Amino acid sequence: MVEDRNDETMTKRIPAKTKRNRPLLPVQADSLVDLLRTLTSAWGPSGFEYLVRDLIRAQVEAYADEIIVDPLGNLICRVGQGGKKVMVAAHMDEIGVMVTFVEKKTGYRRFAPVGGLMNTALLGSRVRFEDGTIGTLCMPDYFHGARTAAPAFDAYYIDVSDGAEDDDSTAQPGDAGVFWTPLEQRGSRVIAKSLDDRVGCAVAIETMRRLNKQTPNEVYFVFTVQEEVGIRGARTAAYNVAPDVAIALDVTVTGDMIHVEKNGLVLGGGAAIKLQDVGLIVPPAVRDWMIERALADGVPYQRELLSLGTTDSAAIQTARSGVPSGAISIPCRYVHTTSETVDLNDVESCIRLLTGLLANEITL
Amino acid sequence: MLLKELSEAVGISGKEDAVRKVILPAIKDQAQDIRIDPMGSITARKAGTGERPLRVMVAAHMDEVGLMITGFEGDGLIRFTNIGGIDERILPGLRVHIGDVNGVIIWTPIHKNTDQNAVKMTSLRIDIGAKDKDEASGKVKRGDRAAFDSRYLELDGGRMLRGKAFDDRGGCSLLIDLLQAETTYPVDVLAAFTVQEEIGLRGAQVAAQTLNPDVAFILEGTTANDLPNPMAAEDDEAEENPTCRMGGGPVLTILDTSMIVQPHILAFLRDTAEREDIPYQLKTRSAGGTDGGTIHTANAGVPTGVIALPCRYVHTPSAYLLRQDYDDALRLIKAVLNRITPDDLVR
Repeated sequence: MVEDRNDETMTKRIPAKTKRNRPLLPVQADSLVDLLRTLTSAWGPSGFEYLVRDLIRAQVEAYADEIIVDPLGNLICRVGQGGKKVMVAAHMDEIGVMVTFVEKKTGYRRFAPVGGLMNTALLGSRVRFEDGTIGTLCMPDYFHGARTAAPAFDAYYIDVSDGAEDDDSTAQPGDAGVFWTPLEQRGSRVIAKSLDDRVGCAVAIETMRRLNKQTPNEVYFVFTVQEEVGIRGARTAAYNVAPDVAIALDVTVTGDMIHVEKNGLVLGGGAAIKLQDVGLIVPPAVRDWMIERALADGVPYQRELLSLGTTDSAAIQTARSGVPSGAISIPCRYVHTTSETVDLNDVESCIRLLTGLLANEITL
Repeated sequence: MLLKELSEAVGISGKEDAVRKVILPAIKDQAQDIRIDPMGSITARKAGTGERPLRVMVAAHMDEVGLMITGFEGDGLIRFTNIGGIDERILPGLRVHIGDVNGVIIWTPIHKNTDQNAVKMTSLRIDIGAKDKDEASGKVKRGDRAAFDSRYLELDGGRMLRGKAFDDRGGCSLLIDLLQAETTYPVDVLAAFTVQEEIGLRGAQVAAQTLNPDVAFILEGTTANDLPNPMAAEDDEAEENPTCRMGGGPVLTILDTSMIVQPHILAFLRDTAEREDIPYQLKTRSAGGTDGGTIHTANAGVPTGVIALPCRYVHTPSAYLLRQDYDDALRLIKAVLNRITPDDLVR
């Protein structure tokens, strides 16, 4: 048992040892971290993205020529007019839980997973509901049962008890929650919940700011809904935008952890240019367009081959009569846990690469 | 209410024509632009008063789960597979018919069944009484569909309805009632009786792309598991999750594997039920999917809600449905059509 500390001392940064090399940080690291903190502390499980949308809208309003919200809730921001139509997609939603059933005897909440939860990472996790209620994820007899094997989702429940006799006022069926932890910075590393895909949103926002409405292309920055439950928002937005080419911005799993598939991606190794995942084969023309831009601008990059999961581009590519689609991925460790970890230098590389792609005329 | 005719018609996914034959005459004089689309779905429009510029799609699927003949044994027994989700454990002993040919599903006889603890579809056969393979394959063909042999009944003076395929002939019946109602709704109603829901929400996708509605509501039959669990320990602290209960009124979906109902659409449905004093319940499990899955992502996106009838024993020959729940669901969807405005689609 550790001593009881209040929130303020918990978050106070412990100074790094003076003898160590200081981590290399991009120039605008502080404002980038602020943006990531703002975005990751927003509440937005799939299907409930409106708070994130309002937040992003406020950030980008000055850098867009036109903004609409489509029937499913995607935020579509046009920058420039008349050139090649480029759709840039980053999803606003995050994984979470949805209460489906309240146990009458005990008050525990049963729930459905929203998106691809890791059932190994649930026990003891905290979730936050829209009204601020914090719930704790637990399972029956966890002290014995959870030591050897992670149980299925059905076994878990959410404890929202507050000590009062009747705790039936909150977290009712239909109410959604997200995993809840504050953002931490450790040198050039940022650790937070929902970096999947708020870091993608941050890349899009920062790119919009740097473009400052100057582009020879007609760019649609689309902040999409419901990616985590089946790339649903991107599908309808792509139909609406009908782009000539599309780029998704999303996190990708690195292969630099112990006992994982070595996929060649390392944290801090630069922007990941997607070649292929389970839902998307990036057309060589799109791939080369990105790689050549990275080389021309001196942006560190790595080639991404992902053997699990996909992103918005997979839905965009089959919209209407087909859209050549690629993705710029932000390397990330521990995806879909409360400690998703990215490197600020990678984030900066992604912003530079995307800005370069959009600021120049596109010939594919 | 046409539930009897709808329930007794056979329309296993991919071959829904018998159901179409019940529906088409019933809506002939009640709607305009009646079409059978290339997939086989029926679409129709019931023009509104023009008061509100909304095109509201209401969808119910015509198809039901069933079996398909895959081959013949030397002794005249018939192999089959499933179309749509069927719990194979309910099959042994059931009567089926393949067109006009009657049969029964058999399992390994008890005295030979020494090592099979689980019922597997691959070890079941249909016996149509044929003396050998030639006679069997002369009467039915590979690819023919076999349906549950089931008669529609009204029990307890019509309080309880029993029959097959209430998922989703119950929805089809509601949709017909909506079109036959003498009221003209303030909005345009785009009705879709869809095909191939049970095997992947396929007809609905095409229907939604074609109709291109502003909003959609799905009428469904869903699982009520409001039964005691005979396996549960008496003092178990955990409760059985019923998904929904018979008698609880129409069931509103929060989320399932195919879609998340947008919170403002769910709020609109709940608000409508509360204002009209119609009982309703929320579906407390996220299993399954509905036509909403492909409709809400059609074209540029369609806000979609799901209103379902709580039915016990769906996907069996004998589903149960309370007449009261049916009537309450009909009241709710009518109230929805009378009340919805473009503002309800915006959050």
